[in-house]
Amino acid sequence: MRQGANRIVAAPAQIVIDRVSHTYRPARGRPVLALDNVSLEVRDREFVALLGPSGCGKSTLLYLIGGFLPVEAGAIRVDDRPIAGPGPDRGIVFQHFALFPWKTVRQNILYGLEKQGMASEERQRRAREFIDLVGLTGFEDSYPAQLSGGMKQRAAIARTLAIDPHILLMDEPFGALDAQTRNLMQVELLRIWQRSRKTVIFVTHDVQEAVLLAERIAVMSARPGHIKEIVEARFDKEDPGLTRSQPFVEMVDHVWNLVRGEAILAQRSGAG
Amino acid sequence: MALDQSQATAPGTLGRPPVRVPEFFAPARLLAGLWRYLPLVLLALAWEAATRLGVISPAELPALDKVGSAWWGLLAGGDLGDNTFISLSRAVAGLAAAIALGVPLGVMMAWSKPVRTVFNPIVQAFYPMPKSALIPVVVLWLGFGSASKILMIFIGCMLPITLSAFNGARGTDQVLIWSARSLGASRLATLTQVVLPGALPEILAGIRTAIAFAFVLLVSTELIVARHGLGYMIGWLGDGGVYDAMFAVVLTVAALGFLADRSFLLLMKRVLRWRE
Ligand SMILES: Nc1ncnc2c1ncn2[C@@H]1O[C@H](COP(=O)(O)OP(=O)(O)OP(=O)(O)O)[C@@H](O)[C@H]1O
Ligand SMILES: [Mg+2]
Repeated sequence: MRQGANRIVAAPAQIVIDRVSHTYRPARGRPVLALDNVSLEVRDREFVALLGPSGCGKSTLLYLIGGFLPVEAGAIRVDDRPIAGPGPDRGIVFQHFALFPWKTVRQNILYGLEKQGMASEERQRRAREFIDLVGLTGFEDSYPAQLSGGMKQRAAIARTLAIDPHILLMDEPFGALDAQTRNLMQVELLRIWQRSRKTVIFVTHDVQEAVLLAERIAVMSARPGHIKEIVEARFDKEDPGLTRSQPFVEMVDHVWNLVRGEAILAQRSGAG
Repeated sequence: MALDQSQATAPGTLGRPPVRVPEFFAPARLLAGLWRYLPLVLLALAWEAATRLGVISPAELPALDKVGSAWWGLLAGGDLGDNTFISLSRAVAGLAAAIALGVPLGVMMAWSKPVRTVFNPIVQAFYPMPKSALIPVVVLWLGFGSASKILMIFIGCMLPITLSAFNGARGTDQVLIWSARSLGASRLATLTQVVLPGALPEILAGIRTAIAFAFVLLVSTELIVARHGLGYMIGWLGDGGVYDAMFAVVLTVAALGFLADRSFLLLMKRVLRWRE
C-alpha cells in the first residue's frame, strides 16, 4: 500500500498521507466511505497529479490536506506536523471556484493579500500582476456572476497564486477552460512551479495534462478510493515537441489504460 | 454602430444603458411606470364615479375629491405633517432596534450550536403568534407614549429579521468559508466577511417584510391607545365622523407604506448589484 515509502531516503517528504480513510456522515442517509486506506508521500517541490474516476475521493483528499475536513482515520503530516486546520501555507483552487460573489475579481484577489498583511500599494500591484497573468485584464471590476465559467476559474487561480502558498492544491483547475486557454494556463503553471518551486497536488481528469505537468501521477481506484498505482512521468517539459514524442505518447496510453479500468468499475458501482 | 446609438437613447430595452440616466427622468421608464400603475388609477376613477353617481352614499365612502381637499386641509393645518413625523420616527426606532438585535442573533444562531439550542425554540414558538395581542400588555408596561409603539414594532419586526438572518447564514456555502480560511482569514473574520455578506440577500428580504409589519403594528397600536400619530388621527377623525379627513389619513398611511417599500427595494437592488 505504501508505494512512496521506499523514497523517503532520497528526499524528505513534505506531505505524508499515511493510511487515511474518510467517511462522510450526512445528516440524512447512510455514511459514505469516500477514501479507504490512502497512503501517498509528496516531496518538497514535487508536482504530483491525482487521477481517478468521478466520485473516487480526489476532492476529499485535497480537503483533508487543506485542513477543511478533520483527519479521523490515519494521519496526514505536512512539514512533519499534523494538520491543524486550514492555512495560507496550503493554497487551494476549488473545483467550483468558490469566488466571493459579492466581490469583484480584483476584490477577491485583494482579500487574500490583505489577510497576508501586505501593504496597500504592494497589494494593488500584485493583484494587477496576477489578473494580467490569467488574462483577466479588463474584467477587474466584474462580479463573478458576470463572468464565464472559465473566467471564474482563472480568477480563482489568480486569487490562490497571488498569496504565493508553498503548497498548491488544485482541484481540476483547468476543467472549465477551452483547449487554447487551457494550454496557456498549463504553460503558465509550469513556469510558476519551476520559478518558485512549489509543491503541487493537481487533480485532473485529463490524462495528457497529468503526464505533461506532473512528475508523478497517482492513479486512484473507484470509490472507496485508494491509490492504485503511482506512475513516474519525468519528461523534459521544456521540449516543444514533447507531446508528440514516442515515450510521452506511450506514457499517456499506459496511464489511460489504468484509468479506464477504474472508470468502468466506477460506472458499474455508481449505479448500485 | 446604429444599434449602439439606439440602445444609448432607449434605456431599459435591451441590455443596460451605457450612460446612467437619472431614473425618474428617463421617459421610457416613466411611461412604463405609469402603465404599470394604471389599475390603481382605474380604481381611483371607479371610486370617484361610484360616489358621484350615488351608487355608494357619501356617508359610507366620501368622494375622492372631498378626500383630496380634506387632505390638503390637514396638511396646511400642520396636523398631518406633525403626526406623520411622530409615526415615522416610531417606526424607524422600532425597526432599527429590531435590525440591530435580530441580525446578530440570527447569524449567531446559525454559527453556534449552543446559541441555536437556546434561541431556536423561542423564535419558532413566537414567530406565528399574532403580535397585536400584546398591545394591551405593552401599553400597560410602557404607557400611552412613543415607548409602547416602539416596543411593539420592535417585537413584531425582530422575529422575521432574526429568522431571515438565521436562514441566510445557514445557507452559506461551506466552500466560501473554506476559501476565506485558506486565504488566511481567522474563524471570527469569516463570520463578518463571508457569512454576513452571504446572508445579506435573505436579511434584506426579511427587513422588507419587517417594514410592512412595522406599518401594521404602528397604526394598530396608535389606533388603540395613543395621543399622537397617524393611527391616532384615523381613530379620532373616525369617531368624530369626519370621514373625508379620515380617509385622507388612511390613504396617507397607504402611500407612506408603499413609498417605504419601493425605496427599500431600490436600496436592495443597489446593495445586491453583484447578484445579476
Ligand atoms: N458532503 C458529502 N456528504 C456525503 N457524501 C459525500 C460528500 N462529499 C462527497 N461525498 C461522497 O464521497 C465520494 C467522493 O467525493 P469527492 O468529491 O471527493 O469525489 P471526486 O473524486 O472529487 O469526484 P469528481 O471527480 O467528480 O470531482 C463521492 O462518492 C461522494 O458521493
Ligand atoms: Mg472533485
